[in-house]
Amino acid sequence: MLIEVDGLEKAYGQGAERQPVLRGVSLGLEPGASLAVTGESGSGKSTLLHLIGLLDTPDAGEIRLKGETVTGLDDAGRALRRRHQVGLVFQQFNLVPSLTVEGNLALQARLAGQHDAEWIDTLADRLGLAAFRQRYPEQLSGGQQQRVAVGRALAARPALLLADEPTGNLDEETSDQVLDLMLELCADAGAGLIMATHSRIAADRLSRRVHLTGGRLS
Amino acid sequence: MIGTALATLVSHWRRKPGQLATLVIGLSLATALWTSVQAINAEARASYDQASAALGGGSVISLTAPEGRIHRSVWAQLRRDGWDASPRIEGELVLADTVFALIGVEPLSASTSQAMVGGGEGVGPAFLTAPGVLLAAPETVEGLAAHQADLPPVQASAQLPRGQVLTDIATAARLLDRGDQIDQIVINPDAREGLTPLAVLAPQLDRVETTDTGEVSRLTGSFHLNLSAFGFLSFAVGLFIVYAAVGLAFEQRRSTLRTLRALGTPVRVIVASLLIEAFAFALVAGAVGVLLGYGVASALLPDVAATLRGLYGASVSGELSVRPDWWLSGFAIAILGALGATAQSVRRAATMPLLASGQMRAWALASTRRYLLQAGIALALFALAALIPQLASGVLAGFALLASLLLGAAIGLPALLAGVLNIATRLVRGAVAEWFLADTRQQLPGLSMALMALMLALAANIGVGTMVSSFRLTFEGWLDQRLAAELYVTTRDDAQSDAVRDFLEARADAVLPIWSADSDIAGQPGEVFGVVDHATYRENWPLITARPDAWDQIAAGEGVLVNEQSWRRAGLALGEPVSLGEGATLPLVGVYSDYGNPNAQAILGLDGLVDRYAGTVSRLRYGVRVDPDEAQALTEALRAQFDLPADGVIDQASVKAFSLSVFERTFAVTGALNVLTLSVAAFAMFASLTTLASMRLPQLAPVWALGLTAAHLARLELLRAGVLAVLTWLAALPVGLVLAWALLAVVNVEAFGWRLPLHLFPMDWLRLAALAILAALIAALLPARALVRKPPREFLQIFAQER
Repeated sequence: MLIEVDGLEKAYGQGAERQPVLRGVSLGLEPGASLAVTGESGSGKSTLLHLIGLLDTPDAGEIRLKGETVTGLDDAGRALRRRHQVGLVFQQFNLVPSLTVEGNLALQARLAGQHDAEWIDTLADRLGLAAFRQRYPEQLSGGQQQRVAVGRALAARPALLLADEPTGNLDEETSDQVLDLMLELCADAGAGLIMATHSRIAADRLSRRVHLTGGRLS
Repeated sequence: MIGTALATLVSHWRRKPGQLATLVIGLSLATALWTSVQAINAEARASYDQASAALGGGSVISLTAPEGRIHRSVWAQLRRDGWDASPRIEGELVLADTVFALIGVEPLSASTSQAMVGGGEGVGPAFLTAPGVLLAAPETVEGLAAHQADLPPVQASAQLPRGQVLTDIATAARLLDRGDQIDQIVINPDAREGLTPLAVLAPQLDRVETTDTGEVSRLTGSFHLNLSAFGFLSFAVGLFIVYAAVGLAFEQRRSTLRTLRALGTPVRVIVASLLIEAFAFALVAGAVGVLLGYGVASALLPDVAATLRGLYGASVSGELSVRPDWWLSGFAIAILGALGATAQSVRRAATMPLLASGQMRAWALASTRRYLLQAGIALALFALAALIPQLASGVLAGFALLASLLLGAAIGLPALLAGVLNIATRLVRGAVAEWFLADTRQQLPGLSMALMALMLALAANIGVGTMVSSFRLTFEGWLDQRLAAELYVTTRDDAQSDAVRDFLEARADAVLPIWSADSDIAGQPGEVFGVVDHATYRENWPLITARPDAWDQIAAGEGVLVNEQSWRRAGLALGEPVSLGEGATLPLVGVYSDYGNPNAQAILGLDGLVDRYAGTVSRLRYGVRVDPDEAQALTEALRAQFDLPADGVIDQASVKAFSLSVFERTFAVTGALNVLTLSVAAFAMFASLTTLASMRLPQLAPVWALGLTAAHLARLELLRAGVLAVLTWLAALPVGLVLAWALLAVVNVEAFGWRLPLHLFPMDWLRLAALAILAALIAALLPARALVRKPPREFLQIFAQER
């Protein structure tokens, strides 16, 4: 099993204002498989991805990544696993504005010490970014920026790709293109994919789907 | 990994070269001003140390003859008896209209003379053999060059102050036509053990043992502390620029930091990257700053050397040497400054939640709680400033007071401005005016650093300007009182003195002897003057406090006046006996101001002076009261009748002009540092406004969309800069005045021994306000111009972008 989530709970706020966001979520994903997490706004999709992506820590429950329990890790331990095993794609792209497309593509691979120029070239070609490699993010369209984000997430050949509403800021046609590329590249790299989306069409493209309502899976 | 993280963070500066330039220039300027002051101080200290080392621990005995000259044979006798003695001739070398101070020494005879020739620089066979060599400062060499035909070869020496010429004693004797007469024998007292006492060998000579180098270090300490304080203030103002630039860079890189963290970069790697970046900036800016500082110090050093000579008689080289202590201190302060300015950003980067917003928050509304906290800290610092004079004394306490005051004012400024803007918001009507004030308040956090820098610079300018102007006004009035006589005459010897006095008695309204003797005054080494009973003193002498019958008691030989510095140092009260050396005392009947003199001084009746100090009284000078219209004729008659020295007769106007020129030169350095600090603050405004302008569009785009033109918005931006400059100036005004008061009433008293009255100069303040507004408008002009030229597409992009 690539990822195993068991009884995950998370709440935000203090005292009487404390709001539970996830209530005992459990799921699993095999290597190379893909899973869509759907739900309304505020249902806990992003929180679930943040916890699986080791960006945040749960209040209760356990996460195992490739059989290793990662819920008790400290900040440095979580950072190490993020760097080497997890690729992240955000709705807002989150590219580094002062780096070129090439710099952004290679960033995570360099941080992980796994820079492979050939693989970066392949990614740039497959993502249609070869002509824009020396441009800066502000000189790209939204779709192009999201393709750079996908390339960056896959550059270090992660075991798991997490995408949080990756097409939320894109038009339908561009969304389809980005999704196609993401699925193709994940398959080629052998990476598992978990994607949070409120788009039924996008969710249908993935091999499995779970729905979050009020912090619970249905 | 750290290389990638560092490269990612540094890439920000490649995209923002203007911001990078702001940071480097800010840190360079701050370092430069600090380094220049340290370089000047180091040069002065080195001069004192060199003199002290050459004098064998800083103590020296000088022998002089009451009648003025000593025969060379006396020196030869002392040498034969084993004394480490060296002869010395001092005189005026008059070439056309220029007078040079000529000093003749015998460089091989005693270690005491080595100091004079800078440890041997320029002393070779040519120096010792005819026709000899004249050593002088490079500037003085130029003056001597015009008379080269009449002089021995001239050689430049950086060790000598301007206007002084040093040569071998034989050459000096020839040029001054002294024959076998010398002026002084300087003796190293360390080698006196087992020798025949001087009192036996040369009973006819006066002996004065001084530790003048140590004394000079002590006296000049306050001056150097003063310079250091100003240098530090300039550094602090420059550091505001760095702090603002680093803070803005943090806001702009917030999303990058978050992304780096999300991609698996540990916090410690990000912190290390930020620290390495700051260190690199410090090294680059430090190098530029040290070079700039060298330039500034080289330009200021001649004036500082003149000030130290004029005020303390300390000889400081007019040429700057590259010494490790000041350039290392420049790098150290640059590193400390960069790390200090980066500390908050590093802390925020280290504690920033991973899922925090990546948006810039330069305009985040500072909370009321934060303003209240700032106001509280400011009030606490003001209270501390008020308490310091009660708790401690000394120059350091004075500067602690100033630091508390300035820091409190700077920290309290944003809260004050926010309060004023809040009140204004309640008073104005109209959508644009309300938006303008609300928007200005929102911009305060982003602009506060630059405004604090501007306020510090303005307050320092008002404070120091008021101090200098008050001093000048007081000094001019004091000169008018002290220099009441129309002519001042100096004679060559006692015989000529008697003849000149007889000559003048018949031709002048009054002849006022200015006779003096060296003496301890209330335990301090000083000079005692004798005066005759005359209306000139009763009507003009600048008394600070006195008994009603002070002049009667002076005339009767029953009292003594002392100068302000002796009075303050000894803590004397009117009526208290003042010791005047060798067990003699007289009651204190008054205190007079005596600016520019660091030493103790007292005034007795003339007969009392002659009685008490018989044999040691210098009786060579006179003040002459005469109808001003007849002064010129009397001068010419005196010169025709007597072979007086070149400066033998000086009219009142010349003395005043000379004194004022010394004064102006003394404060030239302060003025220069003042202007530099204000320039740095103006640059801080410019840097902040231009940097903020690039982040202003999200605030302006909605207002533009609602119907305000870009030109209208640009005018409002200019108005905002002007309004903030005026408000900052208004805040700086009281701070500057308190600063002036502290300088005049606390620091000056501790540093120099005299207290000065505070005068107000409203026109200077208005001029400064105009300068501040002009600086702010110029700083706002470029961003405003860019705003006017912005195409609508850029405004519209704002609505399409994530913010």
